[in-house]
Amino acid sequence: MNERLWNILVDSFPKLLRYGVEVTIPLTILSFLLALLIALIVALIQYANVKVLRQICRFYIWIIRGTPLLVQLYLVFYGLPSVGVVLDAFPAAVLVLGFNEGAYMAETMRGALESVSRGQLEAGYCVGMNYLQIMLHVVLPQAFRTAFPALGNSMIAMLKETSMAATITVMEMFRQAQVINGRVYESLALYGEVALIYLLFCTILSWVQRLGEKRLATYGGARS
Amino acid sequence: MMLNIKNVHKQFNGVDVLKGIDLTVDKGDVVAILGPSGSGKTTFLRCLNFLEKADQGEMVFDGERFDLHSASRADIARVRKKTAFVFQNYNLFLNKTVLQNVTLGLTVAGKMKKAQANEIAVQALERVGMANKLSSYPAQLSGGQQQRVAIARGLVSNPEIIYFDEPTSALDPELIGEVLAVMRQLAEEGMTMLVVTHEMDFARHVSSKVLFMADGYVVESGPSEAFFANPQQERSRDFIKSILEARK
Repeated sequence: MNERLWNILVDSFPKLLRYGVEVTIPLTILSFLLALLIALIVALIQYANVKVLRQICRFYIWIIRGTPLLVQLYLVFYGLPSVGVVLDAFPAAVLVLGFNEGAYMAETMRGALESVSRGQLEAGYCVGMNYLQIMLHVVLPQAFRTAFPALGNSMIAMLKETSMAATITVMEMFRQAQVINGRVYESLALYGEVALIYLLFCTILSWVQRLGEKRLATYGGARS
Repeated sequence: MMLNIKNVHKQFNGVDVLKGIDLTVDKGDVVAILGPSGSGKTTFLRCLNFLEKADQGEMVFDGERFDLHSASRADIARVRKKTAFVFQNYNLFLNKTVLQNVTLGLTVAGKMKKAQANEIAVQALERVGMANKLSSYPAQLSGGQQQRVAIARGLVSNPEIIYFDEPTSALDPELIGEVLAVMRQLAEEGMTMLVVTHEMDFARHVSSKVLFMADGYVVESGPSEAFFANPQQERSRDFIKSILEARK
């Protein structure tokens, strides 16, 4: 490897890493928390079969799953201003990423909720608890345990999808790689480098996921 | 008289499952609800605790009148407070330990202090012989052990009556005895119980009354001794005979 290329890589690495830690990771965490909140609400509405709201949830999932993330980003950031809704790039990205992944995670959560036996609910009623108390103490903890691996996957997917925010001018890690590349024209080296950092982040996340799965209560069952 | 149930009707998808069931239960009664599969026994029991909504029917519980079809949420809560329900599949809370299973209703629904709830729970678990498994999870217990914990969970609320829905039907034969022993002990202590069961020995020797159902009707009801010694209806005689023959 020639010295120039080496210097470019060494120079850019801390810059990329900095944008990764300061922008990509916060963007991931905020979007994930929003997605989790949406998923929980949407899944609970469907589980409890609340009329009208349930229809709205199905409609939301239908729209989100049927359109590309990139198009959603453009619609919100470039499209909405023409009807007077102007968002900064970062909050727009959080919103779109959150609502996007939220639709997928809602299906995960719904499946997990439905995997909890109805008998748990009946037993809860019979010892005097109300619906909310049973959900909180019995059904949701079991559903979360079931959904945990899939939710972890969603978080990893989301970390990578934050790179799309570059297209709506969010100065995150991938956008930073583009900017540096604009100066030095070493696409293979720079995009390779940024790919490695994403790989590093995702590897750490999957470690955390596996650790979490091990530490989470198994309720005495032999879960693999 | 403690419980007076009148004219319970229930349809599932247009099929009449219950066609007007009446039952009177006195304090201390152990009523065995017998009958062939599909006779509506379980549905009847579930209607009494509002796990199913009857299409029609009335229940007088401790002098209070409840409509089994249109009882309010508050009424349902009041009835459930006075009763306990033991399920065929135990339905222990899978994410809770044995102790937590028994205390959860007390601390969450009854707002009781944890220490006090634990004390009551341990006493109840001692009664069913499960106090040595406080921190086990349901998945670590045998079916018989789970059912005994479920009975303890029912006991801690001091119910006036316990409903048992085929409490031994999901158990391996060698585990049935331990659950029946606990139920027999409760009966001897004067607990009022309503038991849907296929255990003829229990019905004959432990229960005080029998309600024999078939096709959604009550075919015969009365003291269990008389029912087994001298059944009045052809259908009852056939049923008893077929059960005795199946045993040979």
